[in-house]
Amino acid sequence: MKRRDLPGIAHTTSWFAALGLFGWLGHISWGSWWAVGTFLIYGVLYGSMSDSRWHECGHRTAFRTKWMNDFVYYIASFMMFREPEMSRWSHARHHSDTNVVGRDSEITIRRGVPLYKSVGVLVGFPAIPSELARWIKNARGKMSTEQIDFQPKETFRTSVWNARIYLTIIVCSIIVAVLLRSFEPLMYVGLPSIYGRWLLILFAVTQHAGLAENVLDHRLNTRTVYMNPLSRWIYWNMNYHIEHHLYPSVPSHQLKRLHMAIKDQLPTPYPSLASALREIVPALRRQAKDTSYFVHRQLP
Amino acid sequence: MRFDRGEHTYAVVRTSEGICSVIDGVCTHAKAHLAEGFVDGKIIECPKHNGRFDCLTGEAVATPALVAVRVYETRVEDEMIQARLFS
Repeated sequence: MKRRDLPGIAHTTSWFAALGLFGWLGHISWGSWWAVGTFLIYGVLYGSMSDSRWHECGHRTAFRTKWMNDFVYYIASFMMFREPEMSRWSHARHHSDTNVVGRDSEITIRRGVPLYKSVGVLVGFPAIPSELARWIKNARGKMSTEQIDFQPKETFRTSVWNARIYLTIIVCSIIVAVLLRSFEPLMYVGLPSIYGRWLLILFAVTQHAGLAENVLDHRLNTRTVYMNPLSRWIYWNMNYHIEHHLYPSVPSHQLKRLHMAIKDQLPTPYPSLASALREIVPALRRQAKDTSYFVHRQLP
Repeated sequence: MRFDRGEHTYAVVRTSEGICSVIDGVCTHAKAHLAEGFVDGKIIECPKHNGRFDCLTGEAVATPALVAVRVYETRVEDEMIQARLFS
């Protein structure tokens, strides 16, 4: 559980450097077909990779120094199109009641819902429009039903100001785009939250989808999936998801080590992302019609 | 370290400077036991949701902890940790 600043600084620096590089490449290639490839990568860096930064810094385990965690957390939250205060509290609820129906607000795929609607949820619809609507509501000083449910009243004011700042950034980006008569600025800020989230979807769906609901044993409602080093850099070792849920205080750079220490007590990890998805997709199709179905994980 | 007395539970903490402190064992956020938490300096972090408290003052210093945890007057004598649990 020991915290250090250096791994977080190294990781974050590499992330910002990659964003800068591919943002620059996107700009110089704007107007050519090369831009498609560069913005595809930029989008992943912005709209997918920021999720694990949001997550790790939200737990304040990325860095030892609190303000560093909070600084990256606020940037990553904006990139993920999440109001940081509410998402901090919803994530705490997620850890308390993982996959508990009616309590875990981070369950994105629900049983009995047609699969096409679940796919819509995964690609950000209606999450992003409804989040935008909540920002507008918060900016006016009003809270959503969810916020009233699990967010303490003393944090409402923080949400109000977060929403105002984030909306200001979005509006300024739109104004710049209008003035330049080009949507290029929005390819750097705002739109990547949508066009860049596809890889996050593939990663994040492996966390809990299709598994047992309403159980307290994380080995039954969570997956650990082996991934290659590039994926683990993007995902910041969140593929060791059972380990993370069992020990949320362990920083991501130690999760592999934790996995090795306790793996004999855990279900067999999935050998690859593809193997996990091969289980998940049929499970979700079945759960769309049969709400009693779930994947039973074999415990040692 | 966890310590129970009657119906009450406590966490006995040693800061990185070697100062011992006895605090209420239950996190004020969601009732996880702080004895399993991570101590860094004089800060103890709840193992469940990473809320943080100052072990010496009880102050909640990081969300989701918002309410201070109770701290008991503590001393070390003859290698024994003694705490005044009743005021």
